[in-house]
Amino acid sequence: MARYLARRLVQAALILVGVTIITFLLTHLVPADPARMVAGRNASLDTVESIRHQLGLDRPLVEQYLRYMGGLLQGDLGRSYIQRIDVAELIAARLPATLALLAGAILCELLIGIPAGLFAATQRGRFADRAIMVAAFSGVSAPQFVVGLLLLYVFAFGLGWFPTRGFNGVDSLVLPAMTLGILGGGWYARMMRSTMVDVLRQDYIRTAWAKGAGGTRVVLVHGLRNGILPIVAMIGLDIGIFMNGVVVVETVFGWPGIGQLAWQAIQRLDVPIIMGVTMVAAVGVVLGNLVADLIAPFVDPRIKLR
Amino acid sequence: MKRILLTSVSALAFAMAAPAWADDAVPMGGEMVVTYNDDVSTLDPAIGYDWQNWSMIKSLFDGLMDYAPGTTDLVPDLAESYDVSEDGLTYTFHLRDGVVFHNGRALTAADIKYSIERAVDPETQSPGQGFFGMIDGFDAMAAGEADALSGIAAPDDRTVVFTLSRPDATFLHVLALNFASAVPQEAVEEFGPEFGRHPVGTGAFSLEEWSLGQRVVFARNPDYYREGIPRLDRIVFEVGQDPTVALLRLENGEVDILGDGIPPARFVDVTQNPPEGTRVIEGGQLHTGYVTMNVNIAPFDNVLVRRAVNMAINKDRIVRIINGRAVPANQPLPPAMPGYAEDYDGYAYDPEGAQVLLAEAGFPDGFTTELYSMNTDPNPRIAQAIQQDLAAVGITVELQTLAQSTVIAAGGEPDQAPMIWSGGMAWIADFPDPSNFYGPILGCGGAVPGGWNWAWYCNEELDARAAAADAMIAADQQDARLAEWRDIYLAIMDDAPWAPIFNEQRFTMLRDRLGGPDAIFVDPVHIPVHYDTVYIQDAN
Repeated sequence: MARYLARRLVQAALILVGVTIITFLLTHLVPADPARMVAGRNASLDTVESIRHQLGLDRPLVEQYLRYMGGLLQGDLGRSYIQRIDVAELIAARLPATLALLAGAILCELLIGIPAGLFAATQRGRFADRAIMVAAFSGVSAPQFVVGLLLLYVFAFGLGWFPTRGFNGVDSLVLPAMTLGILGGGWYARMMRSTMVDVLRQDYIRTAWAKGAGGTRVVLVHGLRNGILPIVAMIGLDIGIFMNGVVVVETVFGWPGIGQLAWQAIQRLDVPIIMGVTMVAAVGVVLGNLVADLIAPFVDPRIKLR
Repeated sequence: MKRILLTSVSALAFAMAAPAWADDAVPMGGEMVVTYNDDVSTLDPAIGYDWQNWSMIKSLFDGLMDYAPGTTDLVPDLAESYDVSEDGLTYTFHLRDGVVFHNGRALTAADIKYSIERAVDPETQSPGQGFFGMIDGFDAMAAGEADALSGIAAPDDRTVVFTLSRPDATFLHVLALNFASAVPQEAVEEFGPEFGRHPVGTGAFSLEEWSLGQRVVFARNPDYYREGIPRLDRIVFEVGQDPTVALLRLENGEVDILGDGIPPARFVDVTQNPPEGTRVIEGGQLHTGYVTMNVNIAPFDNVLVRRAVNMAINKDRIVRIINGRAVPANQPLPPAMPGYAEDYDGYAYDPEGAQVLLAEAGFPDGFTTELYSMNTDPNPRIAQAIQQDLAAVGITVELQTLAQSTVIAAGGEPDQAPMIWSGGMAWIADFPDPSNFYGPILGCGGAVPGGWNWAWYCNEELDARAAAADAMIAADQQDARLAEWRDIYLAIMDDAPWAPIFNEQRFTMLRDRLGGPDAIFVDPVHIPVHYDTVYIQDAN
């Protein structure tokens, strides 16, 4: 276990270094000049040069990268070109909102996906099963900005049940978490259904039925225990899947998280913020995958970590 | 362009008298909500240079000069009065009494000197540095060879004396820019690079709260030197707000003003039938959208070809393409700019005439060229309209639809882009003076690698006339100066390095409960509204 963990941590570190190289190259090879953007249109060429020097952009790319990594190891993510605030502070201010959104979204998708998948499996081939699967498919395919705007329009503006924007307690979390959760819920419903359909055909389930156990007990106690394994393994991976949706959902709902920060930074070519958010997101995804792998043996003793 | 300062002017503002600063009959108090999509970038007056923070900074800080609300009329602000020497090289300002910073300290002349030097200091990295080039000692300080500007002196607490290295009619406008705002040295030093988040000024409002990514709140400055200003107790700027959702919230009564304007998808709908409880106010802008033709690249080195292009483009149709959010243009200056030639007809739309000119220039069968354009809507659609118009006279245009930074880089190369549609990158004046449309975009100084003169048009004679016009500083020369600038722009149109296309209009959407003359909602300088003078009608 300890050796496995050590190996995985080394792998994770290598992946993160790879991410920094790729992001750094992508943001620095864009044919745009941040020094010129900082300097404004009235600046003389000397001023632009002076600013380029102060930002360190006149140094060789390799040196710029090593300097960035040097700062990164000390927790220094650099300073925003446009907002002129430390990137670490900008991200720290916004991270709680994104974490709350992710937690809410995971809760939503499980609350939607697991019961729907279970019920569909028990109703296999019947109308309820088909209806749930069509709904799940729609949830998976619907563009999130459409779902988000629709929920916002109906439940916030139309019915007035929820606030129209912002990050203020559970009320404000419901709609954005639902928007993300509908996507994940669709996936979980389909996966839950297919694994449960398999599980319910197993011999031990037949034995349980034969011994006279009640339907609910068989499905929930005997079946769910095994059927839920792939789901647990998936939760860690959700972080990566959700990072895409977070940008869209945070923009629609005015949610002050890091996805919104990244979107604004991309539009303004604020390279230090783009780099910083990418790093934080990459760490989140790598950790999510690691945790998913580590808890798998506890849920299913057949899995051994080597 | 995000970092382009947007200043605009209401055509209406010229027709009506300048609204008074304070009016006793106006209700005081209340809170206004303004939404923005983007975070507020910085509130440091030496740094902030986008259309969103420009007017916010104006409400937190003051400079020696300002504009009367809703107009382009220069008025003294922190200065009580000023004198200009005969030769136009010495300006003496007498400061107002009783002005205090938000930290309680009284303003002195030394603060003015410190603040402008801070903007010029290369360490500050101020995008406004270049505006102060006329002050004596600028070159030494900008190059890092001097710690102070020899051209600014503070002989006593209430007097500031500027010495210029050349007479410059735009100097008072420069002092009205945010970059010249008074900042207290002790606060700048206390907060260091964080001063932009802890702004301390003398303005009508002070910063009450800044939650990163969520909201910025301004509160009334009870010690503001103008009686009865501001009218509101608080302004709440909610950021991270998608414009489409912001419009729904405005209709719902949760928002007072759309900071980002009306989303294009709903524009026709809400301007024709404003939802209940809201209204839309239209005004002009100091903006011109144009097509540049690189005068060094064949066949645009032939003036007949450039004139033919001017005649071949159907500007009315392009204005229809953007739902009438603009008016057709025929010269570089926008109609709201002093010096605009009312009686000039420009090149009328005349495809047959264009073909005749092309034949005369030696291209009876047309030619093939490239048009660069930015890739965000509506610019590709406008570029396609231009492409169709030019095809009708035999000119085959290949479109290069690219990211903004790529187009700007191409324009700054001497031999790369034959034609550029300026949409999304166009010049918007920093201050309401005709000279502001010349130097960097049409003068020889801008026709350098990395410059903004994408037509690479350099007319030494016009450069000399422009310099002479800006040296006309006496009050009785101002009409002659505007007339000279008008003639300079008409001479440029004769050479036709640009095909001017349209001047964008501004549309501000707000709740009916906001009060004030229409001019302050399309204020030339304060966008989207003159925050200091707006009020809430039922506040009490």
